[in-house]
Amino acid sequence: MMKSKADEEDYWNSSKFKAFTFDDEDDEFSRLKESKRAVNSIRYLVEEDDDEEEVEKVSWSGEPVGSISWSVSETAASNQKADREPAFPKVSADSGPMSRSHSGYSLSSLFKGKTKGGNFQSLADSPSDPSVRLYAPELRKPKSEYKDYVSDWSPEETVQRMQQGKVVSLEKFRSLQDKLLLLDYAVNAHDGNVITAVLIYLKRTLSKEVLFRELESRQTALRHLIHYLTETRDQRLLLELLRALGRMEDVALLQYKEHLSIADENRRRDFLKNCLSLPFSPEDSAHVQDHYTLLERQVIIETTDRQAERGGKVEVFQKFPRKASILNMPMITTLYYCCFYHYTESEGTFSCPLNIRQTFKISEKQYFVTALAARAKLKAWSDVDALFTSRNWLGFTRKKSPLSFQRVVDILQKNSAPTQVLQNYVALVDDAELRISLAQKHKCHDIVINTYRDLKDRQQLLGYQVKLKRGSAEERKIDELLNNPQIRWKN
Amino acid sequence: MAAHLSYGRVNLNILREAARKELREFLDKCAGSKAIVWDEYLTGPFGLIAQYSLLKEHEVEKMFTLKSGKLPSADVKNIIFFVRPRLELMDIIAENVFSEDKMHSSRDFHILFVPRRSMLCEQRLKEQGVLASFVNIDEYILDLIPYDGDLLSMEYESAFRECYLENDQTSLYHTIYGKGDCARHVANMMLRMKREFAGSQNQILPVFDTLLLLDRNIDLLTPLATQLTYEGLIDEIYGITNGYVKLPPEKFAQKKQGEASKDLPTESKKLQLNSAEELYAEIRDKNFNAVGAALSKKAKIISAAFEERHNAKTVGEIKQFVSQLPHMQAARSSLANHTSIAELIKDITTSEAFFENLTVEQEFMTGVDTDKVNTYIEDCIAQKDPLIKILRLMCMQSVCNNGLKQKVFEYYKREILQTYGYEHILTLNNLEKASLLKLQTSSRNNYPTIRKTLKLWMEDANEQNPNDISYVYSGYAPLSVRLTQVLARPGWRSIEEVLKLLPGPHFEERQQLPAGLHKKRQQGENRTTLVFFLGGVSYAEIAALRFLSQMEDSGMEYIIATTKLLNGTTWIKSLMDRPESQIS
Repeated sequence: MMKSKADEEDYWNSSKFKAFTFDDEDDEFSRLKESKRAVNSIRYLVEEDDDEEEVEKVSWSGEPVGSISWSVSETAASNQKADREPAFPKVSADSGPMSRSHSGYSLSSLFKGKTKGGNFQSLADSPSDPSVRLYAPELRKPKSEYKDYVSDWSPEETVQRMQQGKVVSLEKFRSLQDKLLLLDYAVNAHDGNVITAVLIYLKRTLSKEVLFRELESRQTALRHLIHYLTETRDQRLLLELLRALGRMEDVALLQYKEHLSIADENRRRDFLKNCLSLPFSPEDSAHVQDHYTLLERQVIIETTDRQAERGGKVEVFQKFPRKASILNMPMITTLYYCCFYHYTESEGTFSCPLNIRQTFKISEKQYFVTALAARAKLKAWSDVDALFTSRNWLGFTRKKSPLSFQRVVDILQKNSAPTQVLQNYVALVDDAELRISLAQKHKCHDIVINTYRDLKDRQQLLGYQVKLKRGSAEERKIDELLNNPQIRWKN
Repeated sequence: MAAHLSYGRVNLNILREAARKELREFLDKCAGSKAIVWDEYLTGPFGLIAQYSLLKEHEVEKMFTLKSGKLPSADVKNIIFFVRPRLELMDIIAENVFSEDKMHSSRDFHILFVPRRSMLCEQRLKEQGVLASFVNIDEYILDLIPYDGDLLSMEYESAFRECYLENDQTSLYHTIYGKGDCARHVANMMLRMKREFAGSQNQILPVFDTLLLLDRNIDLLTPLATQLTYEGLIDEIYGITNGYVKLPPEKFAQKKQGEASKDLPTESKKLQLNSAEELYAEIRDKNFNAVGAALSKKAKIISAAFEERHNAKTVGEIKQFVSQLPHMQAARSSLANHTSIAELIKDITTSEAFFENLTVEQEFMTGVDTDKVNTYIEDCIAQKDPLIKILRLMCMQSVCNNGLKQKVFEYYKREILQTYGYEHILTLNNLEKASLLKLQTSSRNNYPTIRKTLKLWMEDANEQNPNDISYVYSGYAPLSVRLTQVLARPGWRSIEEVLKLLPGPHFEERQQLPAGLHKKRQQGENRTTLVFFLGGVSYAEIAALRFLSQMEDSGMEYIIATTKLLNGTTWIKSLMDRPESQIS
């Protein structure tokens, strides 16, 4: 483990990849400082005009005054107070004659090469007649009502008219063949609105079996129907469709997704239990099983712990009251919680960390990091120590860790471990240079001094002595070392 | 106000003007006083088109945010809903309309769908029984919002999700070179439209010489990488929405002379970012490592300009100096802002975490150890770093390795589910459907071939004075932009083999123009290409295209259009099912 870590560090140092660095650190900093200085000096020079510098006025909410989002809140606010005319900011930039120029371009013509008006002309033609405004087919109107419309459009013409936003009737497409022809033309027109309109009609007038069967060979239309059913939350029909198509994994995931909208933990747990029989892929099936098992345990732990906390008899809950319920928290958070509150329990309980580790096959590293952080938070240093202790076959104890000791120190330090504890682990860092820099950072003077001594580096030792407090034990220690005639210094 | 839109090769301000004109026309259609009820999401994009004053001129007296329940009272003749075509919004509208009818009502209702009417929504209104209450149902084709002199976006967030996750191509009614399935669809639609509207359209002089349609899924790698241009980093770190960025206020505190800085502002500082600001236009596309130098150069120039006042002796000279003051003021304030932003960003780019993340990205992009479990990803999971960061790296590894080995994939999956929650089975499944994650099926990895042929990795990218597009990612040249570059010269025929390795068809369609409409090109005049990114584009890619436009010998200028401006984070978020509860 340590070896590979050292290799890795070697690699980092020799890496040919340039990571993102400022090639001249100091210079770059000074440049920014320089422009900052310049800015500041100028500021004082022209102080009086400060108020006019902003081209754009910004209101309290940070929106530019006169912008639409600003005005929305502004007019809404004034509306609540009274019906008086709100005072609008005067913004003149936009209302000049320029903006009224009669540009021959329209938005669409630039990109589509067509002029506006051709598109939804019926909309403009008769704006007051609501029936014409719908370019969607009027599906439920009695037959007599659309007699007026020319009704012998071919499927192709019908699709064209729909695209142009004109009123059409789909009711006259009665035979399956006609309906499918209509659908095929709609698909070829690449217009999602038209495809959806035709699909709604087919969904209403065909049996599910027939519709599903025909869609299997029409993938584009099929995808539109799936999207339509998803959007309209027609879960039942969607599941039926997916099943008919044999997309069993999608069926499983779609049903599993529903658990997100169940707030009550007991109902959610029962729902997840029912999910276990769904046709997931083998890997996902195992994960869903874990999800269920986890929530099942969380419900039990939550009930027990809430009582324990209220009862006021368990010390750890008094000293460190729970911040939130453990329900629906991720696995690792649950493990942390159990390492915090239930560390010493016997393996038989649901909340015992070792039991959890086994049940959910938590990797050694993850378990280690989590337990370390939890015990360090509680300042249970003997527990922390025990995590590292292993005996070899001769019965000697030695410290072992699946993490680099650098990371261990990092985690301990984040949980505000005292220097005495930190130095035990800093000392275990293999690489001398890394060890020194960590020791310096965390003020583990003994380690710094001993390492320099082992390196026989007198110069560094002298340099370090200067940084120490006058008359401190560390300073004296360096003096002793420097005066020790037995050490052969390399410099 | 919108002058920056007209500086470019193609005057995009025309688009803005056209959009304003259409808006006025619609408003005038609803005669009498009006109140607008806004889908909140739309106020940002509309802000780029019009200010409130324009609406006011057309008798818009009140504006509300769309909320369920009763409409606020307002003494107006018309109530107009400005909404995106989304079903959940239809339900709210129906509720509004119902509660209105109960009281009194002589008010007329109208709906303006932006950017397009939708069958689905009208059907929903009909089911709710309110469809007939509307006097006007119209659409406002705000498809392409001009962001800058060379940049248009539809700001259509879910385009990528719909096309590649849900396989619904309804959104592609638009719109000819192209690469990708969606590009092919779009081209087909365009050709069909052209046939159908024959006769009515050919009188328009073509604005672009070439249209290049690119599917986002031919280049999944680029948006996943951390952008290293100034604008790209602002977007990565703070997020740019509708051309605005919100920044932490501390660095922007303005100290007045003689006034103690007692209260720091707590509201975040909001800044507009576009080329109307001279300094920003100069530095936004630079690699961030070159920004410090540019800022200090600018500082010297401005200081020198202010020093000029000592040399002003005559009244005329003083007058001259004073007349320049407002401009100098603006430049000074702009310099102050960007110096502060650069400091904020520098704090992050010099952090160890940023460095480590970038190193891993660069390893993946150069193909180092992509087939093993990466210890950095493992450590990030153990530290509970934000899930999206993990997913970005994991997807990147998958894309660079043509899929992850089963053992690697399963290991990551287990760690993610255990640490972030089992419901992310759904998230990972979505990423798989979009091909951002996949299992390695064959042992053959195409990525190294693509990387070498297209020169996607440049060993010594010059960040200060770039000579290649790879500077935008400090070494990695975005695939999408490389394809664009090769198309211009020497042409795609030279890379047929690589194009076959990328998903989807590639094609070329030529439009016949009537003889009189062929543009007469001036000597030395560049050709223009509109590059349309279907599914989104990142700021770093835009910077790379701008770099190509500015290269002396490229002979091509690029205008960029897209369905959405994105970065790796917003992109992955758009593929999650309930992102709001998942950004832990």
